[in-house]
Amino acid sequence: MSLKDWFAKRKKKQLNVALVESKISGDDLSKLWDKCYNCNTQLPKKDLEKNMFVCPKCDYHFRIGAKTRIFQLFDEGSFQEIDCNIYPSNPLEFVDTMCYKKRQDEARTKSKLNEAVITGIGKINNWEVAAAVMDFAYMGGSMGSVVGEKVTRLIEDGIKRRIPIIAITSSGGARMQESCLSLMQMAKTSCAIARANEEGVLYITVLTEPTFGGVTASFGTLGDIIIAEQGARIGFAGRRVIEQTIRQKLPADFQTAEYLLKYGQVDMVSKRKDLKEMLERLIRIHSGALKQGANK
Amino acid sequence: MKILTPLEFEKSIYQIEDKIEELKNLSEETGIDLDNQIKTLVEQAQDYKEQLYSNLSPSQKLQIARHSKRPTFLDYVSMITTDWVEMHGDRAGTDDRAIMGGIAIIENQPVMLIGTQKGKTTKENLEYNFGMPQPEGYRKALRLFNHANRFNLPIITLIDTPGAYPGIKAEQTGQGIAIAVNLCEMAKLETPLITVILGEGCSGGALGLAVANRVYMLEHALYTVISPEGCASILWRSADMACIAAESLKITSDDLLRLGIIDGVIKEPLGGAHYDWEMTANNLKQQILESIKELSKMSGNEIKTDKYDKFRKMGVFVER
Ligand SMILES: [Zn+2]
Repeated sequence: MSLKDWFAKRKKKQLNVALVESKISGDDLSKLWDKCYNCNTQLPKKDLEKNMFVCPKCDYHFRIGAKTRIFQLFDEGSFQEIDCNIYPSNPLEFVDTMCYKKRQDEARTKSKLNEAVITGIGKINNWEVAAAVMDFAYMGGSMGSVVGEKVTRLIEDGIKRRIPIIAITSSGGARMQESCLSLMQMAKTSCAIARANEEGVLYITVLTEPTFGGVTASFGTLGDIIIAEQGARIGFAGRRVIEQTIRQKLPADFQTAEYLLKYGQVDMVSKRKDLKEMLERLIRIHSGALKQGANK
Repeated sequence: MKILTPLEFEKSIYQIEDKIEELKNLSEETGIDLDNQIKTLVEQAQDYKEQLYSNLSPSQKLQIARHSKRPTFLDYVSMITTDWVEMHGDRAGTDDRAIMGGIAIIENQPVMLIGTQKGKTTKENLEYNFGMPQPEGYRKALRLFNHANRFNLPIITLIDTPGAYPGIKAEQTGQGIAIAVNLCEMAKLETPLITVILGEGCSGGALGLAVANRVYMLEHALYTVISPEGCASILWRSADMACIAAESLKITSDDLLRLGIIDGVIKEPLGGAHYDWEMTANNLKQQILESIKELSKMSGNEIKTDKYDKFRKMGVFVER
């Protein structure tokens, strides 16, 4: 490689890092939907939607919300939401630069969701599953009391029905505005998964863009099988925190799904278009172990 | 009061005590009887101290919790046990020094004792990585949990950590997964688990050893989802707001007891554990023994149910 090439490559690499950073900052993506973050191709929104919000040119996977995910993954009309009547409160009367209550209102307006997770019972190619689907648009998908409670109830429900449980994560971590109450949701959800383990109920997690902190360190990575969606950023500590601690720049592919696969942290990386079929296969193969789970 | 490095808000106390010392010296040198004056001053100083220490702000408590002379896990081990055999390593290539554990005897009671270790000197801090465990540390702890479960030893975890270490290798070997697995596996243990937060109990790094039947805090310890500095830099975009963040996060033992997150507060001597190690250690030991006595009446299944029900209740939300 000539020095000139090396510099060109290096510059390109740095550019990639910058792109990824802006993607994580949680800006309103809706305005920019038409332009691919990775290859800069102008894409008609309709084409993008038809392609499951994956760039047809470069295969870049856009971050998607819970409702889109449910639409893509579950058999048409099969998803029945549960526990949609649980709302956050403000137990610590937390105020940072804005009152927590006001943040909730803004998040609800912006995301058109009551909280950062939707839970329910749905069908994947006719296999009944209990599913929790997170949405980054509601306060960065952070886990507070509501997320913890809904996920726990879902797991308990899945155990009772003896159907596979699937968690699809997208979260910046624990919700700071609920402080230790948020931290305890990590314990609560993990205790529920312990029961699923003991009852032999299959639990699969799908880690999507982005999954960090308290969700990574609890129900996100407790799957009997862990799937990471292609290109997703997944980790415990945030990139910036690590950079500040070790005082060096991190490689561009650090904490990507592919990076985690390389280091043995996930079972597989899946493209969005292959996810439904993969889930079906996993459920089918395990169905013998689920006493009444096989309904097909 | 022993001479220790005074914290900023303690300086007035040290000034008063210097004055008392001066008067004593003066009295000795000149032979003038100042006993009454000295006695009054000592009483006033005591009142002042009690007043000061019972009204500490969260960020002042934070300074006590992080005090360089505060006893560490190993200090408590030497004070509360009559026998201690450290068990090293995760059996997979690493012996993380930020989490230590082993079997021990506390007043005739065999236990598994696990804790996070901070150093008092630079050399120690490098060895213990400032009390910030790697994934391998959590995996060592898990090995010891399972050992204790097999041999019916109550488990005591003593926590003082600024959090799990954020680094490249930690991410490669699965910091998040190591903690998650511990949370889940602790829930399955049939032997009693008792946690005491000794100093800092920060985020998942602390919780990774704390899915316990009983959780206690030393009076000036803190337990929080994120360090006040981290919280300030994210929510206020300025680490200078750490004082306000410490206030908002409700990190003190009183707050957490009120929120139902911990089961009790272990009293510290006036001014904090570093003023009287033995007294703190003794209070800690009594609480541990009392809890073991209470929990050892439960069957393995009851221990699991007790833990499940405890964490199941946590969280505040509205249902309508
Ligand atoms: Zn593209």
